[in-house]
Amino acid sequence: MTVDTESRTGPRERIALLRDPRMRGLIIQIVMIVAILAFADWLVNNTVQNLSRANIASGFGFLSSRAGFDIGQVPIDYTANSTYGRALLVGITNTVIVSLSGIVLATIVGFIIGIGRLSHNYLVRGLSSIYVETFRNIPPLLVILFWYFGVLTVLPLPRNAVGLPFGSYLSNRGLQTPSINFEPAALFTLIAFVAGVAGAIVLGRANRQQHMKTGQQRSLILPNLALILGVPLAVFALTGFPVAVEFPTATRFNLVGGWNVLPEFLALFLALSFYTAAFIAEIVRGGILAVSWGQTEAAYALGLRRAQTLRFVIIPQAFRVIIPPLTSQYLNLTKNSSLGLAVGYPELVAVGSTVLNQTGQSVEVVAIWMVVYLGLSFVTSALMSWFNARMMLLER
Amino acid sequence: MEKQFQAHIARDEKRPMPPPGEQGLLAALRKNLFATWFDSLLTVVLGLGSVWVAWKLIQWGLVTAVFTGEDRQACLTTDGGPVGACWAFVNAKIGQFIYGRYPLAERWRVDLTLLLLATLALPLAIPRAPFKRLNASLLIGVFPFVALVLLTGGNFDMNVGWIVLLFIAAAFASATLAAGTAGALSGRLKGAYRLALAALVLLLASIILPGSDIRLPIFELPLLSLAALLAALASIGLSVVAARGGLKRSFMPFRVFMPSVFAVALVALLTSDFHLMPVSTNLWGGLMLTLVVALTGIAASLPLGILLALGRRSHMPAVRLLCVIFIEFWRGVPLITVLFMSTFMIPLFLPVGITFNQLLRALIGVALFSAAYMAEVMRGGLQAIPKGQYEGAMAVGLSYWQMMRLVIMPQAIKLVIPGIVNTFIGLFKDTSLVYIIGLADLLGTVRRGFSDPNWITPTTAATGLLFAAFVYWLFCFGMSRYSIFMERRLDTGHRR
Amino acid sequence: MQKLIKTLLGSVVVALAASSVSAATLDDVKNRGALRCGINTGLPGFAFQNDRGEWEGMDIDYCKAVAAAIFDGDAGKVEYTPLSAVQRFPALQNNEIDLLARNTTWTMNRDTALGLNFVGVNYYDGQGFMVRKDLNVTSALQLSGATVCVQSGTTTELNLTDYFRANNMEFNPVVIEAQNDVNSAYEQGRCDVLTTDASGLYASRLELANPDEHVVLPEIISKEPLGPVVRQGDEQWFDIVKWVHFGLLNAEELGVTQDNVEELAANSDNPDIRRLLGSDGTFGEDVGLSNEWMVHAIKAVGNYGEIFDRNIGPDTPLKIQRGINALWTKGGLQYAPPIR
Repeated sequence: MTVDTESRTGPRERIALLRDPRMRGLIIQIVMIVAILAFADWLVNNTVQNLSRANIASGFGFLSSRAGFDIGQVPIDYTANSTYGRALLVGITNTVIVSLSGIVLATIVGFIIGIGRLSHNYLVRGLSSIYVETFRNIPPLLVILFWYFGVLTVLPLPRNAVGLPFGSYLSNRGLQTPSINFEPAALFTLIAFVAGVAGAIVLGRANRQQHMKTGQQRSLILPNLALILGVPLAVFALTGFPVAVEFPTATRFNLVGGWNVLPEFLALFLALSFYTAAFIAEIVRGGILAVSWGQTEAAYALGLRRAQTLRFVIIPQAFRVIIPPLTSQYLNLTKNSSLGLAVGYPELVAVGSTVLNQTGQSVEVVAIWMVVYLGLSFVTSALMSWFNARMMLLER
Repeated sequence: MEKQFQAHIARDEKRPMPPPGEQGLLAALRKNLFATWFDSLLTVVLGLGSVWVAWKLIQWGLVTAVFTGEDRQACLTTDGGPVGACWAFVNAKIGQFIYGRYPLAERWRVDLTLLLLATLALPLAIPRAPFKRLNASLLIGVFPFVALVLLTGGNFDMNVGWIVLLFIAAAFASATLAAGTAGALSGRLKGAYRLALAALVLLLASIILPGSDIRLPIFELPLLSLAALLAALASIGLSVVAARGGLKRSFMPFRVFMPSVFAVALVALLTSDFHLMPVSTNLWGGLMLTLVVALTGIAASLPLGILLALGRRSHMPAVRLLCVIFIEFWRGVPLITVLFMSTFMIPLFLPVGITFNQLLRALIGVALFSAAYMAEVMRGGLQAIPKGQYEGAMAVGLSYWQMMRLVIMPQAIKLVIPGIVNTFIGLFKDTSLVYIIGLADLLGTVRRGFSDPNWITPTTAATGLLFAAFVYWLFCFGMSRYSIFMERRLDTGHRR
Repeated sequence: MQKLIKTLLGSVVVALAASSVSAATLDDVKNRGALRCGINTGLPGFAFQNDRGEWEGMDIDYCKAVAAAIFDGDAGKVEYTPLSAVQRFPALQNNEIDLLARNTTWTMNRDTALGLNFVGVNYYDGQGFMVRKDLNVTSALQLSGATVCVQSGTTTELNLTDYFRANNMEFNPVVIEAQNDVNSAYEQGRCDVLTTDASGLYASRLELANPDEHVVLPEIISKEPLGPVVRQGDEQWFDIVKWVHFGLLNAEELGVTQDNVEELAANSDNPDIRRLLGSDGTFGEDVGLSNEWMVHAIKAVGNYGEIFDRNIGPDTPLKIQRGINALWTKGGLQYAPPIR
C-alpha cells in the first residue's frame, strides 16, 4: 500500500522488481490480458459445447439458404425465395433509410425549436419549452407507439382513403403516391439539372464577390429558380416528357401501384425525428448561448438584423459547440431505429429476430447486428468529424 | 477583415427607435408578443393553435372521459357519441401497472421496500439533510439486501463458498480500514493482507479440488474452505491488532470490526427464514420492475463505470485499449440488441447445467450497457480535476488508489452528479425496452392490458399509453429538475 | 496455465451460481418443489390470466396434470413462465423450464435439430384466416392483394408465404413480434387478414371489440399438431410427460372423470381402469412416480375431454367443436397407446 519513497532516490539497481512502476505496470497488463483471453476462451468453449448439445450448427452458412418469409418494405429486390443474407441486407437498407430521413427532419425541427426557445416572443418560447420538456422525458418506445396507434386510428381504411393532390392517397395502409418511371431519354434532364445546379453555384460565388466588393446585395431567388428548375423542365419538355407515371388504383383490399410509404415507417420516422429533435433543440440552444453576447451586440452595432445576426454571426460560431453532441444524437437516432421492431417496421433488428427465430443462429445474428451498428456509428462519426474539421477551418 | 465588415455595414441611416411605451402590462405584451408583424402573426397562429389543442385535450381527457366503470361497457357510449379517455381502465388495472403479477396479499412488501428506499434516498438528495454518511452506507450496503429478501422472500441457500468469500471480502475491507487508522503498524497490516490473499487462494483451491474435501462430522464444512475461513478470520484479527497498535493505544478500533459484523449480519439476513412467501421474479412487473431494473442498472454501473473511466485514463496502454474497446463497443450498439444478446447468448456462455433467470440476464445486459455510459460521465469528471490535485496527492506520498479514493474521486463525483442523474434518466427511459424480451415492465403491463377483452374500446390504448407516458414523464422530469438544481448548487467555480 | 484458469473460472461459476442442476429433471423438480412450465403470454382458452390473476387454459391444465402426478395431487406446485414465440425454445434448451406447454407445432426440424422432444399432440390444429365480414370474402383464394398481419418467428409466417405463392397470389405482410400487438394491429384496420392457428383465431376473435364483425374463413392451409415439449436427453422425464398425456386420453376413453375417479380407483373391476389408476401393476413407480399418479392428475384437471370442454369446447366463449380432436372411437384422431 504505502510506497517506499526512499527507493526513488537510491540507485536504479536497488529497486525491487515488483516496486518498479514500469515492471509493475507490465505485469499487471500481462496478467489482465491473460485473464481476459482465458475468460474469452472459456466463453467460447462453453458456447461451442452448448451449441453442439443443442444440435445447432455454428457459422454463417445459413446466410445463403432460402429465407422463405416475406418482408413488408423492400427497397431492394427481395422475395421469399431470396436468401437470409439478402433479407438482412433489406433490413440494413431499411435501417439506413429511416435513420437518414429521421436525421434530416430531426435536425430541421430541432433547430427551429432550439432557436424558438431563445425567442423574445413569450408564446414561441413557452411552446418550445413545453415541447422539449415533454419529449425529452418520455421513452422513445412510447413515442413510437403513440405515433403508430395515433396514425392507425386517425387515418381511414383504404376504401375511404383521403385523396391528396397528384393522385396520392392517405389511408391506414400508409401513403400511396404515383410512382414515376423514367425512360432513358430522361438522362438529358438529369444532365440539365446537374448543369443548372452548377450554374447556380457559380452565380452564387460571383454574387458573393460582388457583394464583398461593393456591399450591394442582389436577390438570387429568381435566377436560381430558373437555373435549377427551369432549365431541366425545358429540357424535359424538349425531349418529350420521357416518363411514365403509375397511379395507385383501388382494388378489393388495398390501393395498388405507385409508391407506398408504410404506416410503420411513418410512425417510426416521425417518432424518432420528434423525439431526437427535443435533444437537438437543447444542443442548439446551448450552442447559441455559448456564443458570447458581445458577438450579438457587435453584430447589431454593425446594423445586422436579427435574422442576419443569427445566420452570419451566431450560428457559424455555435456550430463548433454544437457538432460533437449533435453527432452523438445522430448516433442515438440510428440506434433507436432498432425500436422499429415494436411496431413491425422491417429494419435490421426486426428482420434479424425473424432470421434468428427461423434458424436458431443466435450468436451469428447478434454478431451481425453488432457489427452493422458499430459500422454505422463509425461512418456517422467519421462524416461528422470531417464536417467538424471543415467548420473549424472557417475559424479566422 | 475590413472587407468583411464593409459588406455588412448598413449604409442608410437608422431611424430612431420609437419612444418606450408606457410601463405596465400592455407594453410588456407588445414587446414580447407583438414586436413586429411577423411576431404578431406567429403569436396569433400559435395562440389559436395551442388553445385549440388544449381544448381538444381537455375535452378528450376530462369532459367526455369515463372515470368509473366495471368493464368496457362503461367506455362505450350507447348513443354513438364520441367517448374520450377511458380512465376507468387505468383505475381497474392500476394494481397491475404498479406491481405486475405480484401476489395481492404480498404487495405490502413492495410498498415497504419503496418506503425504505424513499426514506433513505430522499435525505441523501436534499443537500441540507444531516447524516449523509450513515444514509449513504445504509442505502448502498444494507438496503439492496433487505430489498432482495423482501421482494423475493429470502431464505436463500447460501453455500459455504459464498460465506467464506464474504468473510474474505470483510478481511480485505478491515485491512483497508486499519490502514486508514493513524499510526497503524504496517508490518502487521502486510500480514493481514497476505492472510486474506491466502484465504482467497485456499477458497479457490477448495472449489477446484472438490475431491480433497474432508467433511467434518459436525459442520459439514469442506476442510479447505474451513482453512480459508480461518485464514480470513486471522487476517481480520491481525488488522485489529495493527489498528490498536497505533498512536493512541487506548483507541478501540470498532470501525475495523464493522466489515465482519456486516458479513455476519448479511449471512443471517439472507439465509434465515422470515416466513415470507417466496415470490419468483417472473411475477414481478409494472412500475416495480421498471424501478428494479433501473436502480440495479445504475447501482451496478457506478463502480464498473468508475473502474472503466480510470482504466481509460490509465498510463498502461493495454489497460487503456481494453477499456476503450469495451466502452465504445457498448456505446455503439442499441440496447435492444444488448438485451437480445443477454437473453439468447448468456445461456450459451455459461457451462452446461447453470442457468440465470430471465430478469438476472436482463439486469446483466443493462448493467454492462449503462456502465459504458457511466464511464464516459466519470471520465468527464476526472478530466475536470486540475492536474495540480494529482500532483499534490502524489507529492504527499499517496499511492494511486489512495490518491483516487481520498483526493480525486470525491471531487470528481461531486462534479458529475448531474451527469449521473442524466444517465439515470436515460436508463429509466430505456428500461421500457425489456418488454421486447418478455419482461412486463410498466409499459409492458399497460400494453398487455390492452388485450384484455373486458377492456377493449377504441380509446383504451390511447388512455393507457397516455397514463404510462405521464408516469415516465413525472419521474424523468422530476429527476432532470433535480439535476439542474444540483448543477447550480455545485457550480462553485471549480470547473475549468 | 490456460487450462488451469479455465477450470478455475468454470468451478467458481459452478460453485457460486445460485442454481445448478443434475441430469434428472424429475429429481430437480422434486427438490425444487415446483414444476417450471413455459406457457403462452396470453391466449384465451390455452393460457391466459383470469380476473383474479390466475392462469387458466388447456396448456395450464396440462402443467397442472403433470404437477399433480409428480406431487401426489398438488396441482398448485407449478411456476409459470410466460414466453414469447421467440423465447420458447431457448428457454427450454437452457433449462429455464422443465416443460413447454405453449401451443407449439410439432415439426421435424424442432424435434431433431433444435434438441427437443414432442410428447404427443394435445390439439390438432391448422392455420386459418380471419377477415372482417363486411369485406364479403368467403374463401382464402380471394385474398390476393390483401394485407396480412402475422406474428414473427412462427411456422405461420412461413406457411403464409408458401400458400400465397402456391396459389399465385400477392400479399403485403405486416410482421409483428407479440400476438397481442398483432391482434390490435388487425383491430385497428392495419391489415385485412389475421392469420394464425385456427384455435388461436377463435381466441383472438374473442379479444376483438366486436367478435361478430369478423369471420374465420373455411380454408385450413397447414397441419399444426400442437403439443407439450421437453428437452432431449432425459428419457425418464420424456416418458412421464408423455404418459400423463396418454393417461388423460385413456381416461376419457374409459370414462374416468374428475368426479368418479376416486370411486373407480377404489372399486372398479375393469382391468384397464385398474391399471390406469394404479390399482393393478406398478406403472406409476416404473416412471419414478407413485402408483396413484393418474388418480392425482385426473382428480386435479379431469380427463382429456373434460379439459377440452372446460377450456375451449362448445360451451366456452371459444366454441370450438371436437372435430378431429375427438377420440378415435368417435371418428377423431386422438388415440393413445394402452397402459399395460
